[in-house]
Amino acid sequence: MSTLTEAPPPLAPDAPGPKPPRRRGRLTPYWLLLPGILWLLVFFALPMIYQASTSVQTGSLEEGYEVTWHFATYWDALSAYWPQFVRSVLYAGTATVLCLLLGYPLAYLIAFRAGRWRNLIMILVIAPFFTSFLIRTLAWKTILADGGPVVGALNSLHVLDVTSWLGLTAGDRVLATPLAVICGLTYNFLPFMILPLYTSLERIDGRLHEAAGDLYARPWTTFRKVTFPLSMPGVVSGTLLTFIPAAGDYVNADLLGSTDTRMVGNVIQTQFLRVLDYPTAAALSFILMAAILLMVTFYIRRSGTEDLV
Amino acid sequence: MEQYEPDRLSAAQVAAMRRSFTNGRAALTRRSLLRASAGGALAVGGLGSLSACGIPAAGRSQGGVPAEDRSAKEKTVNFSNWTEYMDVDDSGKHHPTLEQFTKRTGIKVKYTEDINDNNEFFGKIKPQLAAGQDTGRDLIVLTDWLAGRLIRLGWVQKLDPSNLPHAYANLSSQFRSPDWDPGRAYSYVWQGISTVIAYNKKALDGVEVKSISDLLDNPKLKGRVGFLSEMRDSVGMTLLDMGKDPADFTADDYDAAIARLQKAVDKGQIRRFTGNDYTSDLTRGDFAACVAWAGDVVQLKADSPDIDFLIPDSGYMTSTDNLLIPNKARHKTNAERLIDFYYEPKPAAELAAYINYVCPVDGVKAELAKIDEDAANNPLIIPDKAMAAKSHAFRSLSSKEETEFEEKFAKLTGA
Repeated sequence: MSTLTEAPPPLAPDAPGPKPPRRRGRLTPYWLLLPGILWLLVFFALPMIYQASTSVQTGSLEEGYEVTWHFATYWDALSAYWPQFVRSVLYAGTATVLCLLLGYPLAYLIAFRAGRWRNLIMILVIAPFFTSFLIRTLAWKTILADGGPVVGALNSLHVLDVTSWLGLTAGDRVLATPLAVICGLTYNFLPFMILPLYTSLERIDGRLHEAAGDLYARPWTTFRKVTFPLSMPGVVSGTLLTFIPAAGDYVNADLLGSTDTRMVGNVIQTQFLRVLDYPTAAALSFILMAAILLMVTFYIRRSGTEDLV
Repeated sequence: MEQYEPDRLSAAQVAAMRRSFTNGRAALTRRSLLRASAGGALAVGGLGSLSACGIPAAGRSQGGVPAEDRSAKEKTVNFSNWTEYMDVDDSGKHHPTLEQFTKRTGIKVKYTEDINDNNEFFGKIKPQLAAGQDTGRDLIVLTDWLAGRLIRLGWVQKLDPSNLPHAYANLSSQFRSPDWDPGRAYSYVWQGISTVIAYNKKALDGVEVKSISDLLDNPKLKGRVGFLSEMRDSVGMTLLDMGKDPADFTADDYDAAIARLQKAVDKGQIRRFTGNDYTSDLTRGDFAACVAWAGDVVQLKADSPDIDFLIPDSGYMTSTDNLLIPNKARHKTNAERLIDFYYEPKPAAELAAYINYVCPVDGVKAELAKIDEDAANNPLIIPDKAMAAKSHAFRSLSSKEETEFEEKFAKLTGA
């Protein structure tokens, strides 16, 4: 990706004479864009408009729904469900940090140290995707079962006393606690962190490390001053790819959590399918989207990287 | 930020696009991402178009909306059912009772297991039914409260009694006249579902459980009790335990039951509200006891000796899954003949022997005994008099009540 395999085509081929520009050639990029734009229009823009409309409607199933510009739905939804919003951000944020802490060393290892094992480790990272998301999450219920070895070990090491004190677990169990939900989120989104990190790290020219060594930088200084700054695009896109879906996830909270771990995704699902309060569900989705957009904008501005890939 | 013109790309944007094409690498940068998202937000902001998309009122036509019945011409019926709700032979490919039906009547059954959840299925068929269109299904199976909602909305068709002689004669009296469909004008029961208390003997470790009160109050079970995320089952069992009748309760009674459950949630007694996934929690012992569906328990009991169930003295809830013919279904008569077929004792017995739910057909016991003696004597499948007397149904709710009650229950379960 970093090296150009062929020279870029000349910008304007109309050097001699005032030949009219070849129209077809100029339009080609737009024709190529058309399927993508149509796709976005039908599956993104239209649903968004529909959803925006739903969020300001009032009514019931029997009487139908009408747009009444009832913007109070937004305020009502936010004031009723702000704890779930805060929780979503906290859980997704924690999971993202954990993913970064776990993923960075692994991506570094794959990129620089794995040698001929590189492909094998990559496969190991991607392999869990071959099974269903649901099955993988359910497997955690067996791993973390109350009477299982993991919880037994954590108990005898008194780890659970600490997490209990932090409010992450309740009593002698891990399942149906915030810790289980965060673990599930971390596990399920880890590959989304590792892959962009790996792409970023792999592109770093090994000679830069040598140069840093020649300039008497210790390994740690090399990492701090050379490797990490150059991998920032991967860090940024990895955290985005982890945080955004994790904040909207509801499966982990549903299967691994309890009543006090429900996230905003669960609220939206319940409002939409169970309570049949479509306006509130739509308003909640928009608030979530806006919140994520704001946070991401702020984050990208502060991260100080220009490239995202 | 530059001015965004929705109908025309700005010169800078066109230039940027061309540059990115001609440079060989379409660079996605921070700025382009920010600009794109701002543009997207503005495009959505075209609020003028929003008022165009209201949802029309449900057509409330009494008796449903028929389509031309092609039953005579097209010998087929499209039957949508829940997963694992039909007998299967050993090869796993054939449904013996359905094949008998085809053999006898010449009507081919297109059997689809595409219902997994009442709420989700409602979301799936709602657009077509609200718009007065055919769903492509002639026969669907829905739990009573949703069946009641569809009848209320006028989205299902009235059945023709002349096509249903066996169903009329053999429907067990317990199910004859629910308040949401008096006299069964629109629906017939596919199977009944009893809600009981299931427990894991090993996990209980000698703790005695006899009632919902034990589940909610016994401190030895703290954090090891499960309730169902199905509002009517969890609240219904609690109402019974409080001495109220789920078939006739007030909003205050409902609030009292929610408050009682809330107290148990607050002190950490209830671990989770679950859907079908409670079965794994129970077999692993993470749940010592939980509110459970009897059909599952029959199966779990067969697999694990630790699992058993009990019927509280205060009684238990029975709901039903019901066969309905949606509006504009094209093979109504064929669908009715299929309903009637399953009310003959022999096919009903074969089905009951396989799926272990409450059989709604009278006179099945003798037929079932020929196939499976144990099943015939299992009160969870063929309820005896004492069992039937303890069975209760949840009263139907108006649409306002339904929203209100579901909202309160959602708050209880965390959102």
